[in-house]
Amino acid sequence: MTKELIKGNEAVVKGALLAGCKTFFGYPITPASEIAHAAAKFFPILGRTFLQGESEVASINMCYGAASTGVRAMTASSGPGISLKQEGISYAAGSELPIVIIYIMRGGPGLGNIAPEQGDYNQVVKGGGHGNYKTMVLAPNCAQEMCDLTIHAFDVADKYRNPVYVFTDGFIGQMMEPVEFPKARELNIKKDWALLGNRETRDNLVNSIYLDPHELEDHEIHLQEKYREMEENEVMFEEYKLDDAELVTMGFGIVSRILKTTVDKARKKGMKVGLLRPITLFPFPKKQIKDVAEKAKSFLVVELNNGQMVEDVKASIFYSKPVHFYGRMGGVVPSVNELLDKLEEIY
Amino acid sequence: MPRMEVFIDHCKGCELCVDVCPAGVIEMVEEINKLGYHPAKYKGEGCTGCGFCFYACPEPDAITVYKKED
Amino acid sequence: MAKDILEKPKGFHDVYFYKPGDDKENTHYCPGCGHGTAHKLIAEALEDFGVADRTIMISPVGCSVFVYYYFATGNIQAAHGRAPAVGTGLKRANPDSIVISYQGDGDLGAIGGNNILQAANRGENITVFFINNAIYGMTGGQMAPTTLLGQKTMTTPYGRSIQNEGYPIKICELLASLESPTYLERVAITDTKHIMKARLAIRKAIKTQIDNKGFSLVEILSPCPTGWRMTPVDAKKWITEKMMDYFKLGVFKDLTKERKPYSPPKMNLNLDEVEEKLGLKEKPPTFPSTMSDIKEQYRNPRIKVAGFGGQGVLMLGNLLAETGMLHDYNVSWLPSYGPEMRGGTANCQVHIDEGQIGSPVVTDSTVLVAMNKPSLDKFEPDVVPGGLILYNTSMIDRKPERTDVEAIPVPATEMADEIGSLRVANMIMIGAYLQKTGILTKDSIFAALDIAIKHKQFIPMNRQAIEAGIEHVKNMD
Ligand SMILES: Cc1ncc(C[n+]2csc(CCOP(=O)(O)OP(=O)(O)O)c2C)c(N)n1
Ligand code: SF4
Ligand code: SF4
Repeated sequence: MTKELIKGNEAVVKGALLAGCKTFFGYPITPASEIAHAAAKFFPILGRTFLQGESEVASINMCYGAASTGVRAMTASSGPGISLKQEGISYAAGSELPIVIIYIMRGGPGLGNIAPEQGDYNQVVKGGGHGNYKTMVLAPNCAQEMCDLTIHAFDVADKYRNPVYVFTDGFIGQMMEPVEFPKARELNIKKDWALLGNRETRDNLVNSIYLDPHELEDHEIHLQEKYREMEENEVMFEEYKLDDAELVTMGFGIVSRILKTTVDKARKKGMKVGLLRPITLFPFPKKQIKDVAEKAKSFLVVELNNGQMVEDVKASIFYSKPVHFYGRMGGVVPSVNELLDKLEEIY
Repeated sequence: MPRMEVFIDHCKGCELCVDVCPAGVIEMVEEINKLGYHPAKYKGEGCTGCGFCFYACPEPDAITVYKKED
Repeated sequence: MAKDILEKPKGFHDVYFYKPGDDKENTHYCPGCGHGTAHKLIAEALEDFGVADRTIMISPVGCSVFVYYYFATGNIQAAHGRAPAVGTGLKRANPDSIVISYQGDGDLGAIGGNNILQAANRGENITVFFINNAIYGMTGGQMAPTTLLGQKTMTTPYGRSIQNEGYPIKICELLASLESPTYLERVAITDTKHIMKARLAIRKAIKTQIDNKGFSLVEILSPCPTGWRMTPVDAKKWITEKMMDYFKLGVFKDLTKERKPYSPPKMNLNLDEVEEKLGLKEKPPTFPSTMSDIKEQYRNPRIKVAGFGGQGVLMLGNLLAETGMLHDYNVSWLPSYGPEMRGGTANCQVHIDEGQIGSPVVTDSTVLVAMNKPSLDKFEPDVVPGGLILYNTSMIDRKPERTDVEAIPVPATEMADEIGSLRVANMIMIGAYLQKTGILTKDSIFAALDIAIKHKQFIPMNRQAIEAGIEHVKNMD
């Protein structure tokens, strides 16, 4: 198939449709609205459902309903909207429903601004809603991955019966890059737990209540097992010039792109620097970081926030090596030269 | 002859059937059922098969009304 | 339907296997609770219409959270108040199912107020049974939005007051003010006459959905003897005397005759058609690489385009990237993003590169296209030594101050005006850029134009502007 120059936010929608997504429920919010715009354009002409809900609370619950009928369902939003969705996401995790949530971050607590920040790492990686649950978090850094990881998100959501985030910043959503779209796929996934509105599935129940403490504990142990399986099987990451790296830089989303250029420039100056980019934020590439730490002397984690992923990096190597942090907030994006200065300072 | 029947261990003793029965042929009894209530009971005759008690009773399985008895 | 035997309807499970504990035959409801009666009427209707298999019941949060224990239907449990949204998702995903949302007054009238309002207003083809018992039963008897004035609850220990809590909310009246709902009725579970009316309303509401006629809701005034601290018999009297006085019974809306049945069209596209509709079947032309033929300083450019919103700045960048892609280069296009977006200025950043593109951000640009003076002022210092500046002399009354860069003046706005539209100033600049650098060709730009411009009638004028830009630079040489 040929390439198309397309915004990440639109690549998400085409990817979702190629992956057989049947329903999109959204609510406008910058910088995720373009996803809703593209969905509104393409879902109906394929005979699929696009509906603008009355709120993010409603749209995640519409996904909850749609996903329970066995069809692929998705929504998209940004910080303030994702905060509202947390109740529904917790319910979906408890009821084991596959839902794909596209999260295009914006800046700040409260209304903040619409510039690209990464302050929502802890929200999605550590839970966000109530209870002992986890969601898988995929962090694309280019338009191609916006498409590919959206498709992957549907697959792993179904595989584990769990909500999955595609999680990135406004830059990656807004940016246009060439994307090679894969072929449309026929879905033959059997969901014998779904509510199909027929006699065969009449006794099925989609539910997160377990009144009996032992039953609930069993259910939650089952959930934790799924999360462990994800940690075993689903870790994704990218390595760049790590072979002889003494200083390992880390970042996700737009930061990883800036770091790549920074690494190239630093190498020209003779510094042995590499980049380890987590593509899955949960499951986090703990083992890979630990492996890299055997050879590396130190780490530099760069985030557009107050230092969130950096804590996971430190924990991954059991605090055995220095882990430096460089963060900008408010939507200020560091330049390559700025990061180069930081590298020189700690190298 | 129509008749009604209360399944004793499904009755919660709310007395709504007694209240609505136009013929006054249902009564509450002294004994205590498995659920811990004084259940209702058909007096044994006079049921007209109107079904009022069936629709008043909140318990799905507590009352059956046979409109025409074999 | 005349039946000889009135017994547990088949809409219920024989044995409540989802109910935990030993007792799988009785409901969890208190003696005399209206929920049980309402359940019976619904289960009977599902049996009589023969739709239990197709039905999906939504259990709310409230005393009826365990609706799923009882109904021999598909079952789903929803978050507090969200059942209408969940029902919307269920019905949209599977329009052949019968979706029933069963909700209490706290669930529907308070926390889920907007969800019911909006589902009703969309005319969702679902059925809602709304149990109005003027109290929160499950959490121990707190005030509901429907609690009567003066009524004492755990959170209105001195009685509900107009000043502190306002009047009880009348859901049927509220929803009746909307155009979309098809059928709205308020009934009561009290004496036999009213129970039989409730029975008919419940049946009619379900039938409305079976007939695909849209949104139906039945509000059921329903006793909560426990919450009200009354005997079941007194609770029914209280409904008759107090609740029915404020919540008038009756049909608030009935368009079941007028409404035409509607079910969404079904479309079964094959995979080819899906790709076709997504525009993925088109094969754009390709063009050979130019990099080795052009001057060193023009290779792998990092371009910044800046100007007023409306000067086609984003489109200019878009077209450069699109054309670069047709040459099989790696490209990226990043719009100015953030506070500037609405402020009247716009800029975008474009990479065209033979190699991988790391950061898509352009800080030290090799090319600056400045469409107005603020843009030149702001971005001139960032251009690398030896870089290229194209500036719009129609809007900029000074030369670039830098002496270590190439500066090309282009009266783009005036030239565009001559062609007939100020909007094609951006295309003049593209023509100038390609003529100056040779990185893109006229053919490739024209091909990209066909892809990037949605309104085909504008293509000739855009082409004309590109040609004019080319000529302008040619004449300068
Ligand atoms: C978000 C949230 N807030 C509060 C609760 C606690 N809660 C459970 S049931 C209920 C009230 C339900 O009252 P109503 O809808 O009137 O139903 P009833 O119990 O009277 O049948 C509340 C507040 C909850 N489960 N979730
Ligand atoms: S109405 Fe039903 S539950 Fe109540 S007393 Fe009569 S039989 Fe028992
Ligand atoms: S508290 Fe009220 S509403 Fe809840 S089960 Fe008891 S009587 Fe019914």
